[in-house]
Amino acid sequence: MIEFLNSIQNSLIYKNFFLVLSGLDNTILLLLISLPLGFVLALLFALGRVSKITLLSRTIASYIFVIRGTPLLVQIYLIYFGLGSVKFIRESFLWYALKEPFWCGVLALTINTVAYGAEIFRGGIQSIEKSQVESGLSLGFGKFLLLRKIILPIAIRNVLPSYGNELILMVKATSLVSLTTYMEMTGIARKIMAKTFAPVEAFIAAGILYLFLNFLMVQFVKYLEWKYNPHLRLNN
Amino acid sequence: MFKFEKLVFGDAGWGDEFLIATLMTLLVSILSMGLGLFLAIITVWAKIIQNRITRIIANFYTTVIRGVPELLVIYLIFFGGNAVVMSIAKVFGYNKYIELNALTIATVAIAVISATYSSEVLRASYLAISKGQIEAARALGMSKFSIFFKVISPQVIRHALPGIGNVWQITLKDTSLISVTGLVEIMRQSRISSNVEHSPLTFLITAAILYLCLTTISGRVFKKLEVNYSKGFST
Repeated sequence: MIEFLNSIQNSLIYKNFFLVLSGLDNTILLLLISLPLGFVLALLFALGRVSKITLLSRTIASYIFVIRGTPLLVQIYLIYFGLGSVKFIRESFLWYALKEPFWCGVLALTINTVAYGAEIFRGGIQSIEKSQVESGLSLGFGKFLLLRKIILPIAIRNVLPSYGNELILMVKATSLVSLTTYMEMTGIARKIMAKTFAPVEAFIAAGILYLFLNFLMVQFVKYLEWKYNPHLRLNN
Repeated sequence: MFKFEKLVFGDAGWGDEFLIATLMTLLVSILSMGLGLFLAIITVWAKIIQNRITRIIANFYTTVIRGVPELLVIYLIFFGGNAVVMSIAKVFGYNKYIELNALTIATVAIAVISATYSSEVLRASYLAISKGQIEAARALGMSKFSIFFKVISPQVIRHALPGIGNVWQITLKDTSLISVTGLVEIMRQSRISSNVEHSPLTFLITAAILYLCLTTISGRVFKKLEVNYSKGFST
């Protein structure tokens, strides 16, 4: 039995697992900043997208079009390599953040998720029944109160499943930040691969951790759906 | 900042290189979309026949691949693919070194990813066909083969086209990840050019515009196809 345990501890996959695990906090750090920021900005952008100011909604529509039409990798490279090559930015205060691959990653992920999220929330806002808004108006709600009490809660809870999908895509997207030398889980797995030339062991360890992270994300979204859709619960 | 003169065709610029790279992206996307659809059909079949083992395998495949970053799958197939093919060849008594070319690896890797998305789309549209139709076809004495080609496929195509269009867009954008394997498609070409010319902004923006064109044009094509395939379909 002890021999068996020792053989597990010496196996490459076991060692790699803990090496890759040390990159988990970097992955989570990326998500912790870009997801909440992306959520708030996506809501604002969605409101701008459905607003009656043509210029605003057109601008946001074209932003969404460009971001959704190009791969995330292009966006990450544009921010990391592209912005860094502009002299004006190198000399400005932005350079303090943009010289770090971490902040480039955060910026790229946020820009990306805002575009997808705004489109999702727009669908949610537009699918609200007119009668809900009208009943709010008849109660004398102001514009802001209407938004806070009626439009946003209903819109957000209706689109929770598709926004959950987007969250999972974001967890997967963090792996691309490793291509800008930022050492999160994929980057570390890549380094292990280069050192040991045992690709399967290195990447399976990372794969298990990503699966686990996504599993947690799915459970979190399920909990939110359960919490904010009390009218859909079966037993109450 | 943006150097237009670097994008002319011929020896002075990178225009022709980018044209070839764009065609390569398209080629990889089309090949892997086709292979992916083929894999997806097998996966759907494994899920809908009443067999527990095939269903578990198919569910495992789709869950794992969709839960793991695309980049990891590509790395795994790129670095591990050769070893797997060689060990399979060894079983058949072939002991020489085999090296898969980049295009094959790229196609297989993207197809494996795209198949998981297509399979969900195809499964949903298969389930949208009412059972009565298949029963009616059986009552008419149609063989399994002709039920598949004359009753099921036309309707699955019709229901699945919008979803397949989405998968196509995802596949097209995923091909940018293939640049890590060294295959010269748009992304790789823009990195090469920007390293040579020391002007990343020019070539990365070019890459972004090329991708934007590809996704927009193919989106239009899929819209046309949708209209074509929903003829006589009351909505």
